[in-house]
Amino acid sequence: MRSLVLAIELAWWQQTVLRTIGVLAAVLLPAGTLVYVFLFKMMSFMQSRLGPMEAGPYGSMQLLAEVGKWIQKEDIIPWRADRKLFAMAPYIVVMTVFLTYVGVPFGPDAWFADLDVGIFYILAVSSISVLGILIAGWSSANKYSLLGGLRAAGQLIAYELPMVLAVVGVVIQAETLNLQGIVAAQHEGAIFGWDGIGNPFILTQFVGFLIFLVALQAELTQTPFDMPVAESELVSGYMTEYSGMRFLLFFIAEFASAGAFAAVAATLFLGGWALPGVDLDADYMNVLGPIVLLAKIMLVAFLVFWVRFTYPRFREDQLQQLAWKVLIPLSLVNILATMALKVAY
Amino acid sequence: MVAQNIFFYVIAAVMVAAAVVVVTNRNVVRAALALIVVFAGVAAQYILLAAEFVATTQVLVYIGAIMVLMLFGIMLTRARIGQDPEMTNERWWVGLITALLLAGVMGYALIDHFGSDPLPEDRRLVAVGGSNTATVSDAIFSQYLIPFEVISVLLLSALVGAIVIARKDR
Repeated sequence: MRSLVLAIELAWWQQTVLRTIGVLAAVLLPAGTLVYVFLFKMMSFMQSRLGPMEAGPYGSMQLLAEVGKWIQKEDIIPWRADRKLFAMAPYIVVMTVFLTYVGVPFGPDAWFADLDVGIFYILAVSSISVLGILIAGWSSANKYSLLGGLRAAGQLIAYELPMVLAVVGVVIQAETLNLQGIVAAQHEGAIFGWDGIGNPFILTQFVGFLIFLVALQAELTQTPFDMPVAESELVSGYMTEYSGMRFLLFFIAEFASAGAFAAVAATLFLGGWALPGVDLDADYMNVLGPIVLLAKIMLVAFLVFWVRFTYPRFREDQLQQLAWKVLIPLSLVNILATMALKVAY
Repeated sequence: MVAQNIFFYVIAAVMVAAAVVVVTNRNVVRAALALIVVFAGVAAQYILLAAEFVATTQVLVYIGAIMVLMLFGIMLTRARIGQDPEMTNERWWVGLITALLLAGVMGYALIDHFGSDPLPEDRRLVAVGGSNTATVSDAIFSQYLIPFEVISVLLLSALVGAIVIARKDR
């Protein structure tokens, strides 16, 4: 099988086309699944209602109907807005999600780019999305939009630090930044000499995992960290003036980045595309790996959306205090403890 | 080497054009956005040199942190949409002289040191475990440990200084 598949020699542009289609699928499929399963159905069940039921069996085509509706809508740009930047902003946000997925491995040979700097690259490109949000807020020429953009920037800057620091613990344990290396380190690791399930870093880096999840929630601006789009105060924050296709792009970016960060969390802490007991180099992992990773994405995303549908919104000062006075000191202690244990063992 | 040379000049041309926009544009937010293009160009040049760790750091620090903070500050204080006639400083020629002198010194240092040496064919540093990143970290924490720590102290003092300037109860 391997010889058969690998015997096909593809030109560089053919590989690029295939990878582009692959990234499109990797961005859109989890995003659509998250919207249907969590936003449409799980939220409805938590609120004792059925959610969409009409479009398709059990409402499963509802998302397509919504996309069709948004595409038809008129593209309105406010008269006083900075037209070019207003039009550009959603594309910046969506682009960063695509770039994030580029770094995530799905199997031994199923990756878009096997980067030496792996997780560091992902953290770097995901930090660009703030720029799109700031530009969207400013160029709308609307005070609610501007306030939403500023809140988003303040929040994302504050929570980027604990996220990076939480990842450092994992990197110290795995001794590599490369995500394939991190997957392999978890698969081949052992817990006090017992290597039955490898060593998924959620066990040894549990504090890091918790910090990462909280920072994740804030980076995705999901409730309780949704002050940038707080409907009751800011209409819809930086998205207020957007309609039609451009709003759809923001919407896709929100859920696609939830999927992307869930994939990163799954790779860092839950063993990525590997399962205990499988052969990491086996060919079938290229097919099984993406399915395993998708299952783990759904697991992490379930936690994110569970919290989103459960808790009310923070106040702005509570948000900043949590980041600077709790999460950052905690993650620094976590790094010190990991370093000490790494040197000791 | 030809492809790298062509892309170096393409990226350099984009960077120079964006840098001109930074100083001539009369809208402070648009000037800041043009500065982002310059920084992204620097990152692209690092990637051409197979220095992906430095390129990623460039993106994370300059685009993801410094420019976001800068835009944040601009939007908090003054960020009108449209033209702002007060954007050009009266003493812009001082800046021009400084920039020319800096370009002269740096250009001279580079040409004096490297001359017309061609870049090595394989620019990956594979001293430690075949990994560029590991090699960089190895260099920082052994050979260049003292400069690295001195820079940390410098940043710390800058941080303390910023707090002292910002606090109100003086």
